[in-house]
Amino acid sequence: MLVIGCGHPDCGDDAAGLLVARRLRELGLAAAECSGEATSLMACWEGEPEVILVDAVMTGAPVGTLQVWDGARTPFMRGRFRCSTHGLGVAEAIELARALGRLPARLRIYGIEGRAFVPGTAPSRQVLEAVERAAQLILAEAACMNPD
Amino acid sequence: MSQPRSRSARIIKVDYLARVEGEGALYVKLRGERVEDVKLKIFEPPRFFEAFLRGRHFSEAADITARICGICPVAYQMSAVHAIERALGITVTPEIRLLRRLLYCGQWIESHALHVYLLHAPDFLGYEDALAMARDHRELVEQGLRLKKIGNRLVSVIGGREIHPVSACVGGFYRVPTRTELEALKAELEWALEASLATLRWSAGLQYPDFEPDREFVALRHPHEYPLNEGRLVSNRGLDIDVSEFEDRIIEQHVKHSTALHCLLRERGSYMVGPLARVNLNFDQLPEVARRAAADAGFAVPCRNPFRSIQARALELVFACWEALRIIGEYQPPAEARIEAPARATVGCAATEAPRGVLYHRYELDAEGRILAARIVPPTSQNQRRIEEDLRELLPRLLDEPMERMSWRCEQAIRNYDPCISCATHFLRVELEREG
Repeated sequence: MLVIGCGHPDCGDDAAGLLVARRLRELGLAAAECSGEATSLMACWEGEPEVILVDAVMTGAPVGTLQVWDGARTPFMRGRFRCSTHGLGVAEAIELARALGRLPARLRIYGIEGRAFVPGTAPSRQVLEAVERAAQLILAEAACMNPD
Repeated sequence: MSQPRSRSARIIKVDYLARVEGEGALYVKLRGERVEDVKLKIFEPPRFFEAFLRGRHFSEAADITARICGICPVAYQMSAVHAIERALGITVTPEIRLLRRLLYCGQWIESHALHVYLLHAPDFLGYEDALAMARDHRELVEQGLRLKKIGNRLVSVIGGREIHPVSACVGGFYRVPTRTELEALKAELEWALEASLATLRWSAGLQYPDFEPDREFVALRHPHEYPLNEGRLVSNRGLDIDVSEFEDRIIEQHVKHSTALHCLLRERGSYMVGPLARVNLNFDQLPEVARRAAADAGFAVPCRNPFRSIQARALELVFACWEALRIIGEYQPPAEARIEAPARATVGCAATEAPRGVLYHRYELDAEGRILAARIVPPTSQNQRRIEEDLRELLPRLLDEPMERMSWRCEQAIRNYDPCISCATHFLRVELEREG
């Protein structure tokens, strides 16, 4: 299983996915980091049958809300994810990979609701709390999948 | 999308112009046959990078400015290190110079592959975006993704990572790759060269609007090579200056509707930078394989049609893959990864060719090497006025088109320039108003 944290380290709540990846590594679970740019993200999960993706999202839920989606089955709406480059971000990576038959067979998406994405600012307290909850849930999920 | 307001006036709003980087809007007002107003409005908040740099040591400039853009961080790093090296009066070794050129090839491959295949091709093939296009043109999209990936790998091997690489520094690199690391990229680059040639052939079959505005093209020109990291600033209308004269000849103008400054050639007006300008001014410096492929694809210089920028990018993909293979073939790891850069009070500037065009940096340093002042002029700032002028000339030819198609053609005309609004100061809104 591959865990990928997406986001921008210096844009407030956008750091959520990266912080989860870093926390998981502290807890002893390998986790990759990615900017979320679509082609880099597709390259990152290439050949991986099971992927957990973590990113900041904007769905209108209260800041810090943690949501989990089945990416392999759920079509993703644009605009849900904050990070994109030339309009090609996480949602586009998922949908482009789906169109090309390059989506991991199992893709779980942990979305942490963000509110402020201002360059040069720190993530909010609610997002930092959600980062810890997400890391613990992913750790538990990994333990269930690899009981040894 | 189209909302009739009255018999004499119509407003079309496209709330999201996709496939550009950054936040802005386009406002167009038409009255009868006349284009009354065109404004490329950039409302992305100013990013203050020049202010962030003040008080920092010159050794930090490359890493700080790389954060300006996730698509062309190498360009920012290269302009920063070359400007500071010019200020300090140091010249890097030929081996380091070649390695920097190779790093830039990686940047061009990843940026051009992204734009040609995923951002611009949907315009020519009649799709809303790359996702819709991928369902019918899977092979084309797969080819673009693979090309971009080899660019990413090249940047990663030399720069330490794909996005915001960390290896380039004043005087050279913190770490240089081994021969084995670079040779491992050769097979994929050989595929990339063939794929780029195929891309250029494919581009010959696209439909281009008959639109050839007579404008000034500006790019770097080097006596012996296709420009990447150095050269004089030249144009098709006689401009031929050392980069140190950039601020004497190019003025930045504040306009109310944009948080990015507009650049103009003093007493001459707007100009175009980027792949089409580079190709027009440096075609003779392209390798034979690229020049022959251009001829086979029916692409000749001078080419004034901005819609053919996709062909210029495809041609530069051929060049970048060929050049990368050439450099890797000759590569000898430098004995020293970097040379010393002792601090002194000084000023220096440099321009390099970012994928989107000339990127100018100037730094003033104190005796301890702290940055007292910095100035950064990105390519999108330089192209802004030119984009508006293209639209002013293009719109009268579109008056018989339905408003929706007119809006779409405006968006395509903007994408000819692959604008990076984040660099210049995310999302562009098109608002087209028609009266009479």
